[in-house]
Amino acid sequence: MDFATSFGLIIPEMILSVSGLILLLIAAWGGRESSQPVSIASCIALGAAFFLVAPSVCAGASGPDTLAFGGQFRADAFAGMAKLMIYAAAGAALVVAPAYFDRLKAMRPEFAVLVLFATLGMSIMVSAADLLTLYIGLEMNSLAAYVLAAYLRDDDRSAEAGLKYFVLGALASGILLFGMSLTYGFTGTTSFEGIRMATADGLNGGMLFGVIFMLAGLAFKISAVPFHMWTPDVYEGAPTPVTMFFASAPKVAAIALTARVALEAFGTQAEAWQQVVIFAALASIVVGALGAIGQKNIKRLLAYSSINNVGFILVGLAAANVSGASAMLIYLAFYVAMTVGSFVVVLMMRDENGEPVEGIGDLAGLSTTRPLMAWCLLAIMFSLAGIPPLMGFYGKWMVFQAAVEADLLALAAIGIGASVIGAFYYIKIVKVMFFDEPADVVKAKAGWEHWTLLAISTLFISPIAFLITGWLGSLADMAAAALFFAA
Amino acid sequence: MIHTLAFYLFAVLVLASGAMVVLARNPVHSVLWLILAFFNAAGLMILVGAEFIAMLLVIVYVGAVAVLFLFVVMMLNIDFAELRAGFIKNAPLGAAIALILLVELVLGVGAYRAGVVELGEPLGNAAPLAGESNVENIGAILYSQYLFLFEMAGVILLVSMIGAIVLTHRDQRAARGHQNISKQVARRPEDATELKKPEVGQGVEL
Repeated sequence: MDFATSFGLIIPEMILSVSGLILLLIAAWGGRESSQPVSIASCIALGAAFFLVAPSVCAGASGPDTLAFGGQFRADAFAGMAKLMIYAAAGAALVVAPAYFDRLKAMRPEFAVLVLFATLGMSIMVSAADLLTLYIGLEMNSLAAYVLAAYLRDDDRSAEAGLKYFVLGALASGILLFGMSLTYGFTGTTSFEGIRMATADGLNGGMLFGVIFMLAGLAFKISAVPFHMWTPDVYEGAPTPVTMFFASAPKVAAIALTARVALEAFGTQAEAWQQVVIFAALASIVVGALGAIGQKNIKRLLAYSSINNVGFILVGLAAANVSGASAMLIYLAFYVAMTVGSFVVVLMMRDENGEPVEGIGDLAGLSTTRPLMAWCLLAIMFSLAGIPPLMGFYGKWMVFQAAVEADLLALAAIGIGASVIGAFYYIKIVKVMFFDEPADVVKAKAGWEHWTLLAISTLFISPIAFLITGWLGSLADMAAAALFFAA
Repeated sequence: MIHTLAFYLFAVLVLASGAMVVLARNPVHSVLWLILAFFNAAGLMILVGAEFIAMLLVIVYVGAVAVLFLFVVMMLNIDFAELRAGFIKNAPLGAAIALILLVELVLGVGAYRAGVVELGEPLGNAAPLAGESNVENIGAILYSQYLFLFEMAGVILLVSMIGAIVLTHRDQRAARGHQNISKQVARRPEDATELKKPEVGQGVEL
């Protein structure tokens, strides 16, 4: 095995881990005062990793040249595209975090270090080509995430969120490991390629249980129904920048990982797991839409919204073809932008004392008091609802097109029907902002970093972005082709 | 001959100290018996030629797990008498569960012996290589084939350590009892004392 090539392929991960270690030392000696430099340095590390990954995505890297360490790690275009989204989302979370934590005097440099290590874990997850790599990446991300959820340890809700996430996450890891051990036991290998060869002539009972348990464990991580129960509580309790991080980056990583397991390792036996994915997709769309209707807290509402969106993304996975995988990536890109944008608005919702407010009623009449913010949120909500000129519609269009191509007409029809239910609560927020009596609660000024992020994410989902859909589509097609070439 | 003697010595000690773990009245003594059991089990592992597992038993179980138990037993104020009080009441339930597990084991092994369960043929050759140390072999594979995963597993341990510290460490100490050693050392007699020569019959003004 050639170590030089292997190390060449993991340079982004090496940058993340080495900068994480160095910044940890700076944090240990510098104390609280070093928070700002450590945050900035973490953003630079993420940016460096971003630009190192970008060329392989543009070139559509695929094939055996992308395999490192004897087939344990795959740095192809599919992983690259997911990594770009992950790094961008993690960077956004780092940018908005200081303003939130400084108010509580809770900003410590370890926050940025934990985000870096979580990102490293996600980076490994999406590049997994072996069950061991999969588990190592997943656990690295999860352990950092549990701590981040409980980061405001003196706040009861944050501590509760951390504990809930930890206990349920450990359970899900157990289920996943059980599935992995069955898969290993019945195929005799942990590498995805080996599993693919061993399952080529059909699944026996043990392998079937293995893939079902693995999908169940992964469904927890992407919060697909019926493993979604933790999501609203954790999203509500965790500090808002952390919630924004949870709703964006780990979702991308876990979905990309699920796609790898399903399409790469068990790709020849699609009909075995398709039913499971179809059920999870439909159930997520319906439960996400219905659950959100009664919510009063905007973070809980966005949690249900993320469950709903995961359902649409799983429709692309259920198609089990190249266009489905490509549609998933496109949907994910817009989903990350919409999530970041909507959580930035939540972060900007602060009363005159700078205390955050989270009620949907507090948004009432925002169009008269903060018109720009209201119009941005309007665009994001319409996009999440899938209303045509906005890019959320484009993502849904691609996903359903792939489902129709794969002859999953019933799935597409029910999904489109259920997305109408989802539109109800998104538009309710718009109604509250534009037609209700001004509550005049949101008064505090937001920093430039919030406005910048909000502007970027709104532009990315605005009709202007149709100009880049061709380019984005070709990147996603190459990435999906890399995934299927690997398989 | 020595081999057999050593086996019986270790085996008897494992069984005896295992029994003492359950029977000891003092929970701290239980943990100490447990440590003795681990050491003897490590001896048994060396006898079968698994020196890596023997080292793991000593390093991980004695060095970490048992010490952790000791910490928990000594630091948490658990009333063991109260815990034992429920023993008789729950004994039938425990016995029933133990019986079910025993039946399952007997049935499972019986079915395997009778040839009902097909487990397939093992693919790999698990026989030990003659004249090679398994510590060396495991090390060679961990630092070559599994280098990436091994290092990343190290990062996971680091992350969990950072997490534990972030969630528990409080940096502002109570103002009382805060000692500034350098300030104490730097204090000179001139700063603290003053020499006066009072006249006879007159007091001192302080």
